[in-house]
Amino acid sequence: MTEIGTTKVKRGLAEMFKGGVIMDVTTVDQAKIAEEAGAVSVMALERIPADIRREGGVARAADPGLVEQIMDAVSIPVMAKVRIGHISEARILEYMGIDFIDESEVLTPADVTYHIDKWQFKIPFVCGARNLGEALRRIGEGAAMIRTKGEPGTGDVSEAVTHMRAVMNEVRKVQSMLEDELVVEAKDLGVNVELLREVRKLGRLPVVNFAAGGIATPADAALMMTLGADGVFVGSGIFKSSDPLPRAKAIVAATTYWEDPKVLFEVSKGLKTGMPGIDARTLVELDKMQVRDN
Amino acid sequence: MVIGVLALQGDFREHANMVQFLGVEVRLVRLPDEVDLVDGLIIPGGESTTMGKLMVKYGVDRAIVDRFNAGRLTIYGTCAGMIVLARDIEGSQAQPHLGLLDVTVQRNAFGRQKESSEEDLEVQGLDTPLHALFIRAPVIVRTGPSVEVLARVTQGPVYVQQGRLLASSFHPELGSDTRIHEHFLRLTEHSSNQEV
Repeated sequence: MTEIGTTKVKRGLAEMFKGGVIMDVTTVDQAKIAEEAGAVSVMALERIPADIRREGGVARAADPGLVEQIMDAVSIPVMAKVRIGHISEARILEYMGIDFIDESEVLTPADVTYHIDKWQFKIPFVCGARNLGEALRRIGEGAAMIRTKGEPGTGDVSEAVTHMRAVMNEVRKVQSMLEDELVVEAKDLGVNVELLREVRKLGRLPVVNFAAGGIATPADAALMMTLGADGVFVGSGIFKSSDPLPRAKAIVAATTYWEDPKVLFEVSKGLKTGMPGIDARTLVELDKMQVRDN
Repeated sequence: MVIGVLALQGDFREHANMVQFLGVEVRLVRLPDEVDLVDGLIIPGGESTTMGKLMVKYGVDRAIVDRFNAGRLTIYGTCAGMIVLARDIEGSQAQPHLGLLDVTVQRNAFGRQKESSEEDLEVQGLDTPLHALFIRAPVIVRTGPSVEVLARVTQGPVYVQQGRLLASSFHPELGSDTRIHEHFLRLTEHSSNQEV
């Protein structure tokens, strides 16, 4: 018997992204550039995080017509973002046959209390997390992939580093816990104790974990891989730079050859100006996207 | 015997773990000179376009083809790896590939992710069915005369062998059934014993 939409099948697609770069795109042309550069997937959205940050207002899911055009234009898998808790935006994307849905803090949350019950969907979801507790709560809700949040649209990698280090550090801590300690830890984190046991056994999250939020250079991508990311999302970093294609190709190469300084040197040199960026420490709490859910 | 796993992108870690579990030395392959250190090479699941581009950029494609043509390499490709091995890719001939396996593949033959599936598959040479995971999987739409079909679904062949080449649309590395990998290891061992 053939079964579709199972947990294995959903988590399995995320496994295929590993060691790769997922790029934010807002037009068909950008999607083609991303594919040409070697992206493993593209994230179709209406405005990249840097513009959402600059222009303000309510950020919603992209026009399904635009998402459809991008799905038709490339052969690689296509993702799209929905607002946190926006079940209906997600249902539209599922109907269209999108490959992955990002329930994302980059958009303005639709529900300030509840996330989408992602087990009810045949399509896999990715969600953001700043630490192990957030990651396991999202997995508990059915997320098939996690991305550490970072601070989107800044071009400042420091928050991505903080969040990846936090997850890795907490995983290591859990690995050394006794059963009684683990039960209390699950209570403190507000997560299912079974999931925490799985983390202890595996020594990692039970789903693929990418880095996101502020990656702008090949070296940034290599740094996140060094810290234990399975791959990277690049949002504003490519199409807010002055020459996107060479930069996108360089980030793809750096994500594969992150352990090889010779390759990193070669792909990093001579790239034109990167995105201008914002020092994440200068943001007031209200401007931070990472705190929109927990 | 050393088995290499092409580690440009995709689920290479799962393949490496499975080979290691079977007690065989494994090494990750990212650069051309690393190809010459292995007797068998696994090309994992992932994005075939990404892997193809990186292979060409760093000359890994040439190294694989040369070692294979010299009779010193067996290759097993899963999913994207099958596409990379194929001679022809329907509708996508321009994407870089090795062209060693005499088949035509159709990418995403089942459709998009919502058609990805798991099922029990009858496989030639195995006593009991294999639980197979198909993820945006390709299917073979043409097989050359020297290609043996080892498993098929309604849409077409999904597991084939051509001499020292093995390819599957599905992902045994994501489960715990090691029989396909065992077959590849036997094939590699047998082939390296035949070397002169």
